[in-house]
Amino acid sequence: MGTLNAMHNDIGLGVAVNADQYLTFMLAGEEYGVDILRVQEIKGWDKVTPLPNTPEYVRGVMNLRGTIVPIIDLRMRFNMEQIAYGPTTVVIVLKVEGEGRDRIMGIVVDAVSDVYAVPTEELRPSPDFGGNVHVEFVRGLATVDEKMVIILNIDKLLNADDLEATSRPE
Amino acid sequence: MTVDVSQFHQVFFEESLEHLANMESALLQLEGGGNDPEVVNVIFRGAHSIKGGGATFGFQAVAEFTHLVETLLERIRSGKTAISPEIIAVLLESVDALRDMIGALQTGADGDATRNAALQRQLAEVLAGAGETSPHASNEARAAPPTACPVDAGWRIQFRPHRHFFRTGNDPYRILRELSALGRLEVRADISTLPPLLEMDPEECYLAWELVLQGHIARAEIDEIFAWVEGDCDLSIDPLATPNQPASAMTTAEVRHSDDKPASQVAERRAGQERRQAEGESIRVSIEKIDTIINMVGELVITQSMLSQVGAAVHGLNDAAMECLRDGLAQLERNTRELQEGVMRIRMLPISFAFSRFPRLVHDLSSKLGKKVELKLSGEQTELDKTVMEKIGDPLVHLVRNALDHGIEAPDVRRAQGKPEVGEIHLDAYHQGGNIVIEVSDDGAGLNRERIVAKARERGLLPADGEIDEERIIDLIFDPGFSTAETVSDVSGRGVGMDVVRRNIRDLGGNVEVTSESGRGSRFTIRLPLTLAILDGQLVRVGNQVYITPLVSIVESLQVRRERVNVVAGRAEVYRLRDEYIPIMDLRKVFGINGAVSNLAESLLVVVEGDGKKVGLVVDDLLGQQQVVIKSLESNFKPVQGISGATILGDGMVALILDAGQLVNTACGNSAYAGSLSGKATVAA
Repeated sequence: MGTLNAMHNDIGLGVAVNADQYLTFMLAGEEYGVDILRVQEIKGWDKVTPLPNTPEYVRGVMNLRGTIVPIIDLRMRFNMEQIAYGPTTVVIVLKVEGEGRDRIMGIVVDAVSDVYAVPTEELRPSPDFGGNVHVEFVRGLATVDEKMVIILNIDKLLNADDLEATSRPE
Repeated sequence: MTVDVSQFHQVFFEESLEHLANMESALLQLEGGGNDPEVVNVIFRGAHSIKGGGATFGFQAVAEFTHLVETLLERIRSGKTAISPEIIAVLLESVDALRDMIGALQTGADGDATRNAALQRQLAEVLAGAGETSPHASNEARAAPPTACPVDAGWRIQFRPHRHFFRTGNDPYRILRELSALGRLEVRADISTLPPLLEMDPEECYLAWELVLQGHIARAEIDEIFAWVEGDCDLSIDPLATPNQPASAMTTAEVRHSDDKPASQVAERRAGQERRQAEGESIRVSIEKIDTIINMVGELVITQSMLSQVGAAVHGLNDAAMECLRDGLAQLERNTRELQEGVMRIRMLPISFAFSRFPRLVHDLSSKLGKKVELKLSGEQTELDKTVMEKIGDPLVHLVRNALDHGIEAPDVRRAQGKPEVGEIHLDAYHQGGNIVIEVSDDGAGLNRERIVAKARERGLLPADGEIDEERIIDLIFDPGFSTAETVSDVSGRGVGMDVVRRNIRDLGGNVEVTSESGRGSRFTIRLPLTLAILDGQLVRVGNQVYITPLVSIVESLQVRRERVNVVAGRAEVYRLRDEYIPIMDLRKVFGINGAVSNLAESLLVVVEGDGKKVGLVVDDLLGQQQVVIKSLESNFKPVQGISGATILGDGMVALILDAGQLVNTACGNSAYAGSLSGKATVAA
């Protein structure tokens, strides 16, 4: 099978045979991962144009080489405590696959972290987190170097219809 | 090798419809009394292409039907049949039938077989009738079904493809193979023009063939095989001598006569092809690809203006270097602008695409209504965006129908009024500023004010008495459900009318104006933006945000005078503007923009109109006017209330475009506008 060998591969980032690669980022001290094939680019936080009549976590829209891209603050999305954007704050631009069409959206996170290869079978189903994080947004939990990485399902998380339905609790 | 030809079907349908449109307009030209052989050629070429395509893609019904049409046209072209109104009527009907057939194929539905059969019979009758008067019955051989008039012995065919034969996508081997399927085929290749191997260009055709095809074969069957290559080769087809058939002398003579034709036909057709190429070569490109280029160019414009700003701010270079930099930037600006204009023009088509259906429409309608009408078109080459063109067609049809039905009077009425019997309807198009103006005018009766007012009173649209100003009367005809036609005809007067026309035009960001003089006619003037991709916008500042208000929806802008603001029911504010009260919306509150609540006295009021209603938007400042490229918010997000789209400003920032219609509806539907719009989605929807 070669999976074991690949796990401790000396070459490069450790690409395993049956493993997907994940870009991880930090959010309130926890490490989250998204499928790296969905990542379009990573850019520093820049001023956005606010959109009226949208939930607060929709920070606004940004010009990405001629395309209007909505930007979601993930801390706000998860109802976490807000912090001031700093030099490590980045926007990860992702391709979100929805019903019949793909969308480009950006998420604001505290900092980017690393790229890991996680074998599919090592992905653990997530327990119920309770209030803060909806289980449906989490594809699974992975352990990398003794650390836990929360792998997100961005299609569920950033589905625009869903954004509408689960607007900010008041 | 098998190729899936179904992928080409759509192209065939589109092209056929274009051919049919050309044929139709040419037929109408003939009807107008023209007898230009080139016009007949246009019709013939259209029919020929449809026949060829139909046969290639296996649409036998289309091919057979067109074959009859083509045969008739061929006779007209050679002068054997004179053009008569009956023949033109049959041909026009045939064009309709073919359009239906193609429409049916496109949707996979069944065509109207009985009608087609009847038409086919009619065509055959016309052909037969013409055949009697014609001394050259020989052409019957081409017109008749493939099994008729065969020659027993067979044919001698000289087939000499032109050098460029392969480039036309034709394969001589295919032709030989198909011929051999008809009977016993002897093939002798003529290699006399074959150059030495070193000089040979593999893409040219050097070979020629002499073929003897034996068997009981109709000439038409052979013609069909060569139908696609006629223009690309020298071809002669002669019957073989048959000593055991005494009557052959006559057959030969007849057939030989028809042989003279292909040669001249070939020459004509070639001339036709060259002419067509000269008229304007074009390629089909998907809109998506063009939009990608338009996006890229938009980006380029932004980058260029950024560089210009940097260039203007640079210091510390020596003079020569500065000069160089400035020159370069100026050139970049010029080129970018030209590139942008050029790219925008790709989407533009001459309005003749929308106008082309009217000659037929007027022709049919006027004979149905027993009116005499002449349609005059001008400015057909005026260009506008394809998407605008697609949406303006129906409103125009409606206006022209109305002009015919309500405007132009019956011939006797016109005579009694001392007007010429033949009424005129004008369709004019021209550019004015960044807009295209389309005028539909007639010299008919004009709007009947009394009847409009009476009808409006009857429907309760107007108070029972009192003076009504001119503007209001004209506005009435755009009222939903208003129609003054005395009898409901199938031409117009079905109640869905001018309100739909006006709404469609407004949806396109345009407007429509009417002037009318009793007894002299009416004129509808439609003003539309040239493209839906670009918008003339007024930039307004609200707090620290910049929004764009479409210039077309702005009525006026003014300084707020505190004493004119009244509060209704304690919450909703209205502004007294001359003699009307308009609701006002504070964009800061509506859009939840942070910052101090605006001081009304220092604000500006931008009065916008949408859906026939007005609302005053409170803004902090008017910035400038500029053309902006409209971008969709929905492509990556979802529709946002009160916002119709977004654009990118010169500094690269995104600015939102206000949707005047939605804002007006929100204000009028629910004047308690304070807070967010989101709870009022149903009002604006």
